[in-house]
Amino acid sequence: MISPRFSLEGKAAMVTGGSRGIGKATALSFAEAGADVIVTSRKLPDLELVAEEIRGLGRRSMAVETHVGRMDQIQNLVETAVAEFGRIDVLVNNAGTSVVWMPALELEERAWDSIMNLNLKGLFFLSQAVARVMKAHGGGSIINVSSVDGLKPEANNSAYCISKAGVVMATRVMALEWGKHNIRVNCIAPGFIHTRLMDSRWDVDPDNRGIIEGKILLEGVAEPDVLVGAMVYLASDASRYQTGQTITVDGGYMLA
Amino acid sequence: MDVSQFSLEGKVALVTGGSRGIGEATAVRFARAGADVAVTSRRLPALEEVAEKVRKEGRRALAVETHVGRMDQLQPLVDKVVAEFGTIDILVNNAGTNFFAPAIDMDEKGWDSVMNLDLKGLFFLSQACARVMREHGGGKIINISSTSGYRVQVPTGHYSIAKAGVIMATKVMALEWADYNIRVNCIAPGAIDTRLYDAIFTLMPEEESRLRKQQAAERIPMKRVGEPREIADALIFLASDASSYVTGQAFAVDGGSLLR
Repeated sequence: MISPRFSLEGKAAMVTGGSRGIGKATALSFAEAGADVIVTSRKLPDLELVAEEIRGLGRRSMAVETHVGRMDQIQNLVETAVAEFGRIDVLVNNAGTSVVWMPALELEERAWDSIMNLNLKGLFFLSQAVARVMKAHGGGSIINVSSVDGLKPEANNSAYCISKAGVVMATRVMALEWGKHNIRVNCIAPGFIHTRLMDSRWDVDPDNRGIIEGKILLEGVAEPDVLVGAMVYLASDASRYQTGQTITVDGGYMLA
Repeated sequence: MDVSQFSLEGKVALVTGGSRGIGEATAVRFARAGADVAVTSRRLPALEEVAEKVRKEGRRALAVETHVGRMDQLQPLVDKVVAEFGTIDILVNNAGTNFFAPAIDMDEKGWDSVMNLDLKGLFFLSQACARVMREHGGGKIINISSTSGYRVQVPTGHYSIAKAGVIMATKVMALEWADYNIRVNCIAPGAIDTRLYDAIFTLMPEEESRLRKQQAAERIPMKRVGEPREIADALIFLASDASSYVTGQAFAVDGGSLLR
């Protein structure tokens, strides 16, 4: 009998970037563990498909179209979630982008802003809005998605790396300030996970693919479901004394 | 509701320092998750009690008296576990000790006593188990470091050095043994309600001890110390398939104490 602490039964979770890749795999794993799940992104049709799959697992679900990089859309997202489920117990800040492959000497302000607004600023302000709800309901768990690129720099990817390093520190600041409200904030730093974001990166950086994949010690490049164990662990009561931490899930890439 | 990725069904685990505290909670919760468990420490009677608790969960148990700080006792320990269960799938290096000594007064004997158990024994027992795991297609090693491995606590600098060594040992072993399908990770507990933690406060009168404990808890962002089972659940995550893509990692379970 596995510890019931790993169950998400009775919990309401929100997953941003929930229409595909890591967000979709996370949302489905949460539903399998017993949670009701709200998924959000900019792609409503894809979100609706995920919500349908969640309902197929016997849980409630809702698809909400939001651009998390637009601060004026955040409050509406949170209010919609609370109106539907009454509370938010788990938030996964997974929405992220890396639209630009550009040397730092040439990076333009617009590219910087588009990456920062979504990956870091939106993550912060959505966490703030959800934390206010969690505080009123006795606590919760926030999981931020950083990257190994937030721990070790990559050339031509400056804004992304900086934003992901910011996510690690945001995790620690939020954990420090909100621990007393029983709100835990942790971070997952994925390695090179096979997603559309990853595929588009190899399109612009084919030469490094062999080098990078050679550094991964386990199983080569992995599918998004290698992250779901850490996601459910951090969302559940099994991790209830853990806060402010980053778990790297990278098949050993950082060690090489 | 499906959380089967956290199952330890059919696995054989060896837990050092298994007679109380974090080790005991781990042994019992591993059994609950489906593992057979061998526990070891220097206290055989207490170990036998834990072994009984494991059996009550419907799993097999073995109690072996070992001083993990004595290198000549490690291979016999491993041999006994393998003779009983056929293999070792999971090793939890939890045995550890600490005492107060300012660095300027530390003597060689004191240094050796902490290093031999907390670091050297951890390394050589991991090596012995890795050789078994290599023959059986892989395994999981989980080291117990401490928040003291990240930040110095005075006057236990020797403990901090040992526990920092444990974090690096984790990375080295993970890197070298990945090819054998052995994953090696590390948990750094913060203030956990155990005898080792209590011992910090026993050198002072009871009234002061109570006040100091309260003050210590206040400084933790989550405003409380942790329970052994809260470490045990983190260990289940690292011992199970839920962490199959995680290796060489260390993270703290400390209520946020490292954040201050």
